[in-house]
Amino acid sequence: MSNVLKCEHLRVVFGGLAAVSDFNIEVNENEIVGLIGPNGAGKTTVFNLLTGVYTPTSGVITLCEKDLAGMSTVARNHEGIARTFQNIRLFKDMSVLDNVMNSFNTRMHYSIAEALLRLPRYWKEEKAAKKRALDLLKVFNMQDQADEIAGNLPYGSQRRLEIIRALATSPKLLLLDEPAAGMNPAETENLMETIGKIRDSFHIAILLIEHDMSLVMGICEKITVLNFGEVIAQGTPEEIQKNPVVIEAYLGKRRD
Amino acid sequence: MTFSLLIAQLINGLQTGSVYALVALGYSMVYGIIKLLNFAHGDIIMVGAYMVYYAIASFALPPVVAIILAIGVSTLLGVTVEKVAYTPLRSAPRLSLLITAIGVSFLLENGAQLVFGADQKSMDPLITGSVMFGRVNVSYTAIVTIVVSLIIMILLWFVVNKTKAGKAMRAVSEDMGAAQLMGISLNRTISMTFAIGSALAGIGSVLYLAAYTQASPTMGSMLGIKAFVAAVLGGIGSIPGAMIGGFTIGVLEALVAAAGFSMWKDAAVFLVLIIVLLFKPTGFLGKKMQEKV
Repeated sequence: MSNVLKCEHLRVVFGGLAAVSDFNIEVNENEIVGLIGPNGAGKTTVFNLLTGVYTPTSGVITLCEKDLAGMSTVARNHEGIARTFQNIRLFKDMSVLDNVMNSFNTRMHYSIAEALLRLPRYWKEEKAAKKRALDLLKVFNMQDQADEIAGNLPYGSQRRLEIIRALATSPKLLLLDEPAAGMNPAETENLMETIGKIRDSFHIAILLIEHDMSLVMGICEKITVLNFGEVIAQGTPEEIQKNPVVIEAYLGKRRD
Repeated sequence: MTFSLLIAQLINGLQTGSVYALVALGYSMVYGIIKLLNFAHGDIIMVGAYMVYYAIASFALPPVVAIILAIGVSTLLGVTVEKVAYTPLRSAPRLSLLITAIGVSFLLENGAQLVFGADQKSMDPLITGSVMFGRVNVSYTAIVTIVVSLIIMILLWFVVNKTKAGKAMRAVSEDMGAAQLMGISLNRTISMTFAIGSALAGIGSVLYLAAYTQASPTMGSMLGIKAFVAAVLGGIGSIPGAMIGGFTIGVLEALVAAAGFSMWKDAAVFLVLIIVLLFKPTGFLGKKMQEKV
């Protein structure tokens, strides 16, 4: 199994406060890894470090053995990192199809002049992009909503569309930020199936932040627990559930 | 006022209105993407107009070459201004950006006085002749202006809705951060927006010159303000809004002039702006602002 993401001694300091200190993780191909921890533990900060929104104070991030230091958010996406957001950030005024097609943007090469003159390359690339987008929507049973405005979709579908939009950038590593937030148990069940399906049919590495323990324990092979910016435990779901340090972080110390 | 005179004035209004609309589109697109009121936009037109004037009056180049030159120089100027003056301020407060835009506007106006001289340059009309529709006399200039503007607007609609560049622009204007995370380059998309907006201004400058046949260093300032009003009236950030706003103002001016109050036409434009903003602060097609609680 090859190493997709590797973080070593990742640390970021904001105004004297270490939001993340000494973060280490390995995510392999075909693997779903959960990142959990109480509110404010630094989970989303880790995502922002991985995607280049924040620059780490120290430490190394490698994607498929390539050092990402100094790369912009856009460059990292081209290298193969895609993410979804805790609070859905779709392009709400655009159609479902356009939301997905936007992800192919940098993989199309025709110029504005070619588009205005309707030259063959415009048609060819647009047609190919549309087909790929529709195929992808079909995988998640959303092809019938292709022409709907993204902002009008029901909540669960918006979450699914965000995942599809991220997948459309052909990532090697998919970051899911609280994918089950605001979902009812039935929707969460559905989402778990979707995530499993993504791993099985796209063969990518998935790192997810989640508070819903049934989801985390149900589909993650490995779990990393963060508290106050530090990794306090790493292991399989069974190990994490029994770990006294984790229980203490979540529930507080037992007084006896 | 006879019916045929009214029709003639309406056509005049649509003619000036299409120039306003083309310029307003540039304002609106730039605002939509980086929330900047680019007050230097009107002055781009002035530079474009001088290009046409010099190409034809001094170098006797064919009009087609003059037009291409005007559009090319306007586009280049717009993108250069963005790269030199606005890009370094991308994360600065919006107010710094706005003041910079006003500064660039002064720089261009005074630079033009230095380079081109402060006097007005007059040239022969680009298009001559007219045609009678019943009892209404319509100049070819009016017909060309209106038709060209409509074609340009259709092309713009196509670019914005059906090409990757247009979709990238819409994505960046909706959510800059999310667009970058989907691999869309901010620098390229913003430059593209400025290039398209400035090219439209270049076309506007040619059409303006066709109607008024003179260029002066400050010509862009009133034209720019009118186009800005058009963009705000239509709902700033909205492309169809800019078109509707431009035509509304053009027709309004023509009607006020036809009623015998041509001295008051600027006042009428601003009065209508104030009234519309009182009742619909976001303009005709502007998006509702959501108040965050």
